[in-house]
Amino acid sequence: MFIFDRRVFALLSAFLLTACATADSVSVPLGKGPGLGERATATEIALADISIPPSGEGLPPGGGDARAGVKVYVAKCQACHGEKGAGKPADALVGGIGSLSSASPVRTVGSYWPYATTLFDYTRRAMPTTAPRSLTSDEVYAVTAYILYLNGIIGETHALNASTLPAVRMPNRDGFIDHSRIR
Amino acid sequence: MNVKKINDRVDDPGVPEQWQMKDERRAFLARGVALTAGLVASAGAGTARAADTASTEIPPWSKAPGTPMRAYGMPSRFEEPVKRVAATGYAKVSPGTGSSLTPLQALEGTITPSGLHFERHHSGVPDVDPIRHRLLIHGLVRNPLTFSADALSRYPLITRTWFVECAGNSARNTGPKPLQVTCGMLHGLVSTSEWTGVPLSVLLEEAGVDASAKWLLAEGADSAAMSRSIPLDKALDDAMIALYQNGERIRPEQGYPMRLLLPGWEGNMNVKWLRQLKLTAGPHHTKDETSKYSDLMPDGKSQQFTFVLGVKSTITRPSFGMTMEGPGLYEISGMAWSGSGRVSRVEVSTDGGATWAAASLQGPVLSKAVTRFRLPWEWNGKNALLQSRAIDERGNVQPGRKAWTAMYSTENRYHNNAIQTWSVNADGSIANVYL
Repeated sequence: MFIFDRRVFALLSAFLLTACATADSVSVPLGKGPGLGERATATEIALADISIPPSGEGLPPGGGDARAGVKVYVAKCQACHGEKGAGKPADALVGGIGSLSSASPVRTVGSYWPYATTLFDYTRRAMPTTAPRSLTSDEVYAVTAYILYLNGIIGETHALNASTLPAVRMPNRDGFIDHSRIR
Repeated sequence: MNVKKINDRVDDPGVPEQWQMKDERRAFLARGVALTAGLVASAGAGTARAADTASTEIPPWSKAPGTPMRAYGMPSRFEEPVKRVAATGYAKVSPGTGSSLTPLQALEGTITPSGLHFERHHSGVPDVDPIRHRLLIHGLVRNPLTFSADALSRYPLITRTWFVECAGNSARNTGPKPLQVTCGMLHGLVSTSEWTGVPLSVLLEEAGVDASAKWLLAEGADSAAMSRSIPLDKALDDAMIALYQNGERIRPEQGYPMRLLLPGWEGNMNVKWLRQLKLTAGPHHTKDETSKYSDLMPDGKSQQFTFVLGVKSTITRPSFGMTMEGPGLYEISGMAWSGSGRVSRVEVSTDGGATWAAASLQGPVLSKAVTRFRLPWEWNGKNALLQSRAIDERGNVQPGRKAWTAMYSTENRYHNNAIQTWSVNADGSIANVYL
């Protein structure tokens, strides 16, 4: 019986080894896909590539100042963000500069946002919430200038464009501590 | 439980408007209380109604054929009050912007039913046609590529059970006074699913990432074009492009037909309706990683890119809205999770943290997934302060409320993983309290 058992075991082992060998012969290394990505066209990329980093890379041609921006703001933004960016029902855009370490900090574009490029980026991609991507580049530059003007960050005739927007220094530019490496 | 009394307490004039309940939430509480009360006391409205006739009559469902099969099943009509509760901050101008919370107090186990997974949208749920949808990978890559949902479905898939938690979860417990609302209303911006999809590393390999790339910009196809910057090492580590949730295609509210999953990292980065990944040298500093989801500290500085969700737990039963039915044996049940890995231990206190007992963990304990914990408890009918404290495999310990609060500005609402306290009162009622 002992020998028989050993034979059965040997047969089983051979079978299992064969099965494993078969599986190995059809398997491919982990992390390998079938390569079904299609080459993206320049048009596809241009349509999607709207994000603006602090360097301003990718900012479109055009420009505008607060005098033009006030018209855009009153027509497209004021219903949600209030007169002169005071807020309600949506977020306040103006005020609070210097309040962040107080007992009642007020976070607005002016007091909190570290980069002016973010204001352009977000307005262009998502505002107004009922009709995003409907503003022209000139309108986005102009309304960005108006918000910064209301906050006292730039003057009323300070025109924003692809070169002047990234140069704007926001009051809370150094207010953020990078935790991206803390895991 | 007297619903009117609850409402009076919630409408405390000392509670700022943003922490007060809107009408729809108040209505939910009124509908939900009777049923949740039954959960802990095991003798709620349903049981009482049945008790009238249970022993004297054969129930009607035993004396006539039941309904036929149906194409897609739904919960029992008696479970109708178990629903997500919506919190819309901009209801008049953007009704799809806001969140809805998982009713944690009504659920057990670890998996959140797909229809009860919490929602957080920045401009509503887009009706994405999977035939037209593409994921574009471009930027610092050798081969800019697009992928359809069909194409991704042919890739080698992996299945993982992971939680997703909004960085704003438990924000309602950061106000000056404890709100008397359910566990789900406080902590229901966390949900767990079994996700199936393609490891992002496989797609990045195909695109050929340039050595200069250190970050990705992920963007959704919703009308807010929600965007976040993500370190490349996370994308190469355990990120997934998820196609399935709990075995079926991802629900529209969760990103149909594809979403990014970054296990253990704040929910906002797990971009839904994912349409674009741009490889970049640095972060973009998008609206949602600067003005939102950054943590203001008392000195006026803010922590930015605080991605990993802290170790956390809460007791879900007993909790506010339930009623104790006199002294006796109860089971304390709750959930624990950590963005850093597995939960290694959960301790429960019934005396406000003076003494602790180890709860049993329901296995298997999975990394970056919710773990259910339970502890039998003999309630003596006197006031008790119930707390749970989770510890993860890296030794992180869930902080107490005072320790957590001391780290941040009074206006910080994000990343609250402080210990929750439920006061079980001698009259059987349960309250949310700050300790």
